[in-house]
This record gives sequence, C-alpha cells and structure tokens, in this order.
Amino acid sequence: MTQVKAKERKLTIARAMAESIAMEMREDETVFLMGEDIGELGGVFGNTRGLYKEFGPDRVKDTPISETAFIGAAVGAASDGMKPVVELMFVDFFGVCFDAIYNMMAKNTYFSGGEVNVPMVLMTSTGGGYSDGGQHSQCLHATFAHLPGMKVVAPSNAYDAKGMMTAAIRDPNPVIFMFHKALQGMGWLGTEKEAIVDVPEQTFEVPLGVAAVTREGTDVTIVGITSGVHHGLKAARELEQEGVSAEVLDLRSLVPLDREAVLKSVKKTGRLIVVDEDYHSYGMTAEIIATVAEAGIPMKAPPQRVAYPDIPIPFTPPMEQWALPSVEKIIQAFEKMKEAEV
Amino acid sequence: MTPTQEQEIWMYQHMVISRFFEESIEKIYMEGKTPAFNMAKGPIPGEMHLSNGQEPCAVGVCAHLNKDDIVVSTHRPHHVAIAKGVDLMRMTAEIFGKKTGLSGGRGGHMHIFDANVNFSCSGIIGESVGVAAGAALSRKMQGKPGVAVAYLGEGAANQGAFHEALNLASVWKLPVVFVIEDNAWGISVSKQASTAVKHNSDRAAAYSMPGIHISDNDPIQIFEKAGEAINRARNGEGPTLIEIETSRLAGHFMGDAEAYRPAGEKEHLVEIDPIPAFKRRLQKLYQWTEQRDESLRKQARETVEAAIKYARDSDYPAPEEALEKVFV
Ligand SMILES: Cc1ncc(C[n+]2csc(CCOP(=O)(O)OP(=O)(O)O)c2C)c(N)n1
Ligand SMILES: [Mg+2]
Repeated sequence: MTQVKAKERKLTIARAMAESIAMEMREDETVFLMGEDIGELGGVFGNTRGLYKEFGPDRVKDTPISETAFIGAAVGAASDGMKPVVELMFVDFFGVCFDAIYNMMAKNTYFSGGEVNVPMVLMTSTGGGYSDGGQHSQCLHATFAHLPGMKVVAPSNAYDAKGMMTAAIRDPNPVIFMFHKALQGMGWLGTEKEAIVDVPEQTFEVPLGVAAVTREGTDVTIVGITSGVHHGLKAARELEQEGVSAEVLDLRSLVPLDREAVLKSVKKTGRLIVVDEDYHSYGMTAEIIATVAEAGIPMKAPPQRVAYPDIPIPFTPPMEQWALPSVEKIIQAFEKMKEAEV
Repeated sequence: MTPTQEQEIWMYQHMVISRFFEESIEKIYMEGKTPAFNMAKGPIPGEMHLSNGQEPCAVGVCAHLNKDDIVVSTHRPHHVAIAKGVDLMRMTAEIFGKKTGLSGGRGGHMHIFDANVNFSCSGIIGESVGVAAGAALSRKMQGKPGVAVAYLGEGAANQGAFHEALNLASVWKLPVVFVIEDNAWGISVSKQASTAVKHNSDRAAAYSMPGIHISDNDPIQIFEKAGEAINRARNGEGPTLIEIETSRLAGHFMGDAEAYRPAGEKEHLVEIDPIPAFKRRLQKLYQWTEQRDESLRKQARETVEAAIKYARDSDYPAPEEALEKVFV
C-alpha cells in the first residue's frame, strides 16, 4: 500500500530568497545585486548563494563598505530603468546610510508626482538571540515602517520568502525586505525548523500587504511577524493543551498593513496579543492595538503586547534571553487577560 | 624616534600577551560549538573577531600613549585594548558576559569600554573616527593635554564617516591620529577589489594632512612613525593619517571558512608572523636569551590565564539588570 506523495521540496528562507532572485534575474536583464560579501561568499546569511557563479561580477556586485554610496546608487539606477536588489548586511547598520533610504528611495516617487519610479529591493537581516550585542541584533521594524514611501515586508517561512521576494522585485515601488537571522536556516545562527517549508520550483508571487492566518482559533488572536509568528505558533499549541483555541496571524507585511485581517480575527476572538521582537514603545504592537481600538471592536479583555523592552540589546545571554519575547511571555499575557476578565 | 630597549621589550611583551589571549579565546570560543557550530552556544557566544597578526599596530602606537590619551578602536579590539592598558580581567569577564565585566555583560567583545584608560570601540564600520576627533576637540577646547587615536580597518576607509572626520580634524587642527590597520580584507572582499587607491594614506592629501604608509607589519617602524604623528598632535600641529599593512592571521570572525583566500596566502602570513620576527630582533640586538624569552612568555601566559579564570569564576548578572544603565 505505497502512496505516491506529492514531491516535497523543503527550502530554508536563505535558499528561497536566492532562488527567487535567480529566477527574476534570468527573466529580467535589469535585475542586479549589490552588497557586501554577496558575491563569491554568497552573502553572510546565505541568501545570495550561487548567484555570483551563475550571473558573474557584472550583475552580482560586491561593494566597498560604503552603504551610502551603493544604496544611493541603487536609487539612481532604479530611477533609470534598472531593478537593483541591494543588501544592508544587518539592519542595525542603517545608521550610516539612512538618508539614501528614507529621504531619497522612499520619497522620490512622491516628489516627482509619480513620474520617477524607484523599483528596488533593500534586503536586510534582523533579530537577535545569539549574543551578537546591541549593534547586531535589532529588528527596527517600526523605524522603517513609520516612514511613508517604502513597503516593508518580513516573511516568516521559506514559501513566503520566495513569493514575497518575487513580488518585491516586480513591484514598481521600493521595498524593504527584512529577514530574521534565526529563521534563515543557517545552522550557525540556530535554526527555526518551522521556517523551512515546502516551496514550489516554479515562480509565484505572494502579494505584499496581505496577512496570513497561520493557525485558526476562536479564543484569542496572536498577531506576529517573523520570530513573533513562531513564538505565537508554539504558544498556541501550549494553550491548546489547556483547552484554549488561539488564532495566529502572520502579518508578513508592515507596509502595507493588512488591518482588515487583524480586525476580522479580533472580531471573532475578542482577545488580542501582539508579539514583536522590535522595541516595545512606539512600535508595531502599538499600531495593531490602535487599529483595533479605533475600530471600536468590543474586547473581552485589554489587549496585550509582548515586545522587546526599551533598552539597547544586551550581549550576555541571561540578559538577552530574558528580554526577548518568548512562548512563556505570551502564555503569561493570556493569563493576565483571563484574570482581567474575572 | 627609535624605541629604547625597554620600550622594545614592552612592545614584544604586549604582543605576546595579546597573542596568548587570542589563542585562548579561540579555544574557549569553540567550547559548546562542536560538532554543530552555533554562535549562541558556549561560554563565549556571539561573533568573535580575533586580532592575531595585527599586534604591531597596537603596540607601536600605544607605546606612545598614556592613560589619559584616548583610543577608539573597532570590532576587532582586543590587541589594541591590551596595549592601551585596559583591565584585562574585566575585559575578559565582559567577553564572557559576566557581572564583573567592564560593562556588566551589556557590551560584549565588540563593545569594550574602559573609562579608566579612555578606551572604547564599536561594531559599526568607520564610526571610530568621528568619536576620536570629538575627544580630541574636547581636549583642545578644555586646554587639556592628550591626543586621541582612532583605529579603523582598510575597509572602513571607504565609509563616508572616515572622509568627513579627516576633513573636520584637519580644518580644526585637532590632536588626533588616524591609524588604518590594512589587513587586505574586509570580510571576503579584498582591498584591491574595493578601494580606488593603492594606499589609503594617499587620501590624506585630500585633507591636507600627512599620510604615512608603512608597508611592513613591523612594530619598530610603526613605533617611529606613530611617535612622530603623536608628537605632531601633542604640539598642536594637527592630525595625521597612518596606514599599516598588517596581517589577519585568523578568519574574519570565528567560523569563517576563508574560502576566498588565495592558495598559499595563509602559509605566507604565518611565515612573516611579527612575533617570531620580533624575537629574532631582540636576540640580535639585546642578547635576548631563550631563558628570558621563556620567562616573558610564562608571565604572559599567567596574566592571560588569571584573566580567564577570573572570567570563568565570575557570576552572570541577574537578567533584570538588563534594565539598568540605559540612563544614569
Ligand atoms: C556600517 C557597517 N557596515 C558593514 C558592517 C559589517 N562588517 C563588519 S566587519 C566588516 C569588514 C571590515 O573590514 P575592515 O574595516 O577592513 O576591518 P577588518 O575586519 O579587516 O579588521 C564588515 C563589512 C558593519 N559592521 N558596519
Ligand atoms: Mg580589513
């Protein structure tokens, strides 16, 4: 009684990103890459592996350590008919090049009355948990999402990574594509196994700005992005043991933000926990809760957020692990809500 | 400006301590990281950038500095910290993430701060230069003596911050020295592939300051040239840029497969290792006997081992201490 299984092809996010970029580069001569160590090395986080070999140094360009120059150059090239995909190795390094990003990349379309397009992708790694210290572990979701004019996306699994990278490259607007290091599938960073999923070989798009219900439930909505989704899924399984049915919503995209998906889920559950590895205050967690508050959805309990405390990220494991969002903190947030109800 | 025998021995000694230190860290770093290499594991988690081979850049410059002078280093800071006199016990404890560490475990290996000897560093490439220029400005404004030294890699010389700070330092005639450790690589990208000039020291011309190029990883030459530059700074004659061709004997960071290195490069670098070369020089000039050498090494080893023991024996901070020290 052997059963023929549909051919599965599990990929890491790193490989899914590289595959998407390669397929777009084959189809579209104007797509090219710039960044530090993205050539022969294949990217410090593996997401450009194999591209240098296939496309050569003209289209896969290792840059000097000059982020202002090469991200600025991407803006110029994108406005002149090319489709650059550039890498900012760690999102934390935005400090040296933010003008090119938010004053040029994000605003040129508007300033030109829509006449100048800036179809570029800026991919950048986020996240901590492996003791890389406070200049190499941040998420900065809200720092980018706050500024109008650029799309900001962050997949939590390889399927979405491929489909969203393809959509990002084809998008006529600038897209910040964030990938969380712990989900990347690089063993040396620790690997979240659930980020490694079946990915179709053919090309496909996952539209930007559409959230995904990763797990259906009726008692509480857990909204997350990247690592937050995986914490949410694990917490949901634990809550299930206690007879609680948790719905997990993967935002996948911060800009545009799928507010409808959040409202739809919260209308059903009446309870909300937002999980974000970015800093607590002024962040994505506040935005989601404000969205629900503004819509006037009746809640069974006050919404809760599980986010990073408002401190620079400490190096030492006891401090860092304590500060990070976790399954435990999500469960505690739920218990707090239940207490508030009685 | 030639070093005295005493200064030479000081430089040699600190190169040896630094090398022992890095070799010890290298071993301990791998604890808990085999067979599967996971950066988060072991007594020293996170990234680790070793300075093996670059010791001459540290000692040749820091031999001229005292406690009050300022040094701002990079993501590869250990050798410079040791030469500047950073408390080795507390630095090691910081690298281990212990409560007794210089920052109580908040900083880690890329964020070594020892205010007692005016040492700091940062993991963002090219950002040492502005901070050093500012410290020099402060001394000038306060009429206090002292110079500031910014260390940076050759890769960092392609950052805008480098050019801005050099211009500023020159316009304001600040008592600062910029020291480029040219180890030929920025991670996997060679200097040649990323840099428009052969020598970054040529870039000094654009900012009307002396640009000194030192092609050997030779502590004596570095001592001489750095001494002149630091004197210029102390005498109010303004900044200097020095570029030293040095060797990165290890990978960019621990775990680096180094497949990008041309065949034979590593072997060559080992052949020109500055530490054995320095020993031969001492033997030739100062009747440096094996016995003296062994006793210096023994002392160096003991210094490092004491620091490591201190770090291992220290407690971790309480997790909630993470919330402290954001503001004072
Ligand atoms: C602004 C910024 N860009 C990129 C990096 C990532 N990075 C860390 S070390 C390094 C190479 C630095 O090369 P170099 O300045 O020559 O110093 P070396 O590592 O050789 O000592 C890079 C690109 C960073 N830390 N900061
Ligand atoms: Mg270098």
